[in-house]
Amino acid sequence: MSLKSIYQEVILDHNRKPRNYGALRSPSHHATGHNPLCGDRIDLDINMHDGRIDEIAFRGESCAICKASSSMMTNAVKGKSFQEAEELIREFREMLVDGIEKDFDHLGRLKVLAGVRDLPTRIKCAILPWHTLHAAMNSVAGATTEADDHEDQLVANNH
Amino acid sequence: METVNVLTPAVRQTAISGMERLRADFPILGIRVEDKPLVYLDNAASSQMPQIVIDRLVRYQKTQHANIHRAVHHLSGIATQEYEAARRKLQCFISAREEREVIFTSGTTDSINLVMHGYGRKFIQEGDEIILTALEHHSNIVPWQMLAEEKGARIRVVPINDAGELLVEEYEKLFNSRTRFVGLSHVSNALGSINPIKRMIATAHQHGVPVLVDGAQAAPHLKIDVRDLDCDFYAFSAHKMCGPTGIGILYGKAHLLESMQPFKGGGDMITSVSFEKTTYNEIPYKFEAGTPPIAAAIGFGAAIDYLEQIGLDAIAAYEHELLVYASEQIRALPGVRIVGDCQNKVAVISFVMDGIHPHDVGTLLNQDGIAVRTGHHCAQPIMQRFNVAATSRASFSFYNTKKEIDTLVEGIRSVQKVFAQ
Repeated sequence: MSLKSIYQEVILDHNRKPRNYGALRSPSHHATGHNPLCGDRIDLDINMHDGRIDEIAFRGESCAICKASSSMMTNAVKGKSFQEAEELIREFREMLVDGIEKDFDHLGRLKVLAGVRDLPTRIKCAILPWHTLHAAMNSVAGATTEADDHEDQLVANNH
Repeated sequence: METVNVLTPAVRQTAISGMERLRADFPILGIRVEDKPLVYLDNAASSQMPQIVIDRLVRYQKTQHANIHRAVHHLSGIATQEYEAARRKLQCFISAREEREVIFTSGTTDSINLVMHGYGRKFIQEGDEIILTALEHHSNIVPWQMLAEEKGARIRVVPINDAGELLVEEYEKLFNSRTRFVGLSHVSNALGSINPIKRMIATAHQHGVPVLVDGAQAAPHLKIDVRDLDCDFYAFSAHKMCGPTGIGILYGKAHLLESMQPFKGGGDMITSVSFEKTTYNEIPYKFEAGTPPIAAAIGFGAAIDYLEQIGLDAIAAYEHELLVYASEQIRALPGVRIVGDCQNKVAVISFVMDGIHPHDVGTLLNQDGIAVRTGHHCAQPIMQRFNVAATSRASFSFYNTKKEIDTLVEGIRSVQKVFAQ
């Protein structure tokens, strides 16, 4: 799929009508994600009950790719258990950051974001909400895309 | 730009028709991006290199390379001679009184850090004040913040108006008995505003305060005369003016450079060393410890020759035409706003688009082969002043054309179309 069509067909839909956009009244978990490179910033609220994501909402100022990724992520993890969400984060990273060649069909709609892999300068935009989710679920106050490089390095070093 | 008005229409026309021919000097301008001809509008970040400078680098490496100021053999002599010839070219380029007032550094950031360490750490004390402007690049903010923290000094900031112009009256009010230093950009990298630095330098001197000018965005576009400006320090980088990366200069008045402590210790910056006592070399060598990027310095000299051959006045006149044309076109687009639309500026246009993040603008423009910078341009205080997280910035060079501006405008419309669907 060409970049323009990714924008037209998916990203813009979520950009205009972001799902789960806003704030939760009394979230059990919260984190703020920040991309210092472009000033993108998202706030993520979660209500976890018995280890399951009951409610999730995000808000913030960001580019279309980040907003679409956030929107699709909140749809994908709502109702999922902590482990299932962590697994999804791991798979999403594999698809986008690690560039692992395998069948990601089970990721469903999220698979369309794989197109961002061809835009190295924009991968951080797509991955930011996922880092933020990880931080929120693990009760870390914030996430930054800059930690991503570090993690990549660690991953690379372990290989 | 004063230089624009002194040119007659005929001279201006010759300058303009001549400029488009210069594109052929730049091999990289012929490449294709996303199967479209490259439209390179990120010159404020780094400009491209003409074949003649590339050739100079190759000739140096193939026939002239050795370490400088060291050995008595043939190649060391030639390398030293060429390196020092490059210094003289820079001296003439900025009309410095003496060649020893030109110090080779790794670039503008390095030059500013040299002044911070060499001058600031020696002469700025607790309770002293440093004046900076709201238009500075991070490289002329962060070193001074580090110094202020170390010494317990205070930073005062000259504000700007909505057009992106410094409020000179406010600047004049900032001076007091504790003011020790002024750091000032000649041209804003994010907005392109040309600051009235000559007047501002005179004000500082009335208070006995030295001024460092960050000229990274000015030197590629305007004729610089450090004696006329009477600045105490002036810094710029080669890679923004058709030269290589990793080289730049610091100009400093000789008596100030002499009063300063060295920034880096090592070889070439000493006259004698024993474990009891080391005597530092004379300027400029006192500040050039270690083996410098010799090839880059010589390439910088070749870039200066190239620019002088075209003429800075002709460059300024042509780029002004591009600026006027691009500003008119972009201003006419609904849903697009130019940030920092002041009268006196170089050919830089920072803009924001309604409901579309600059990163999306940059990514989609790239699909049309257009290179613009998107982000905060290492000038976050400016972004905060205009209440935007980021902008898209098109910055022009003399090798850009009106046709490329048309492509940019088409590209912006096409971004709007994608987002309108």
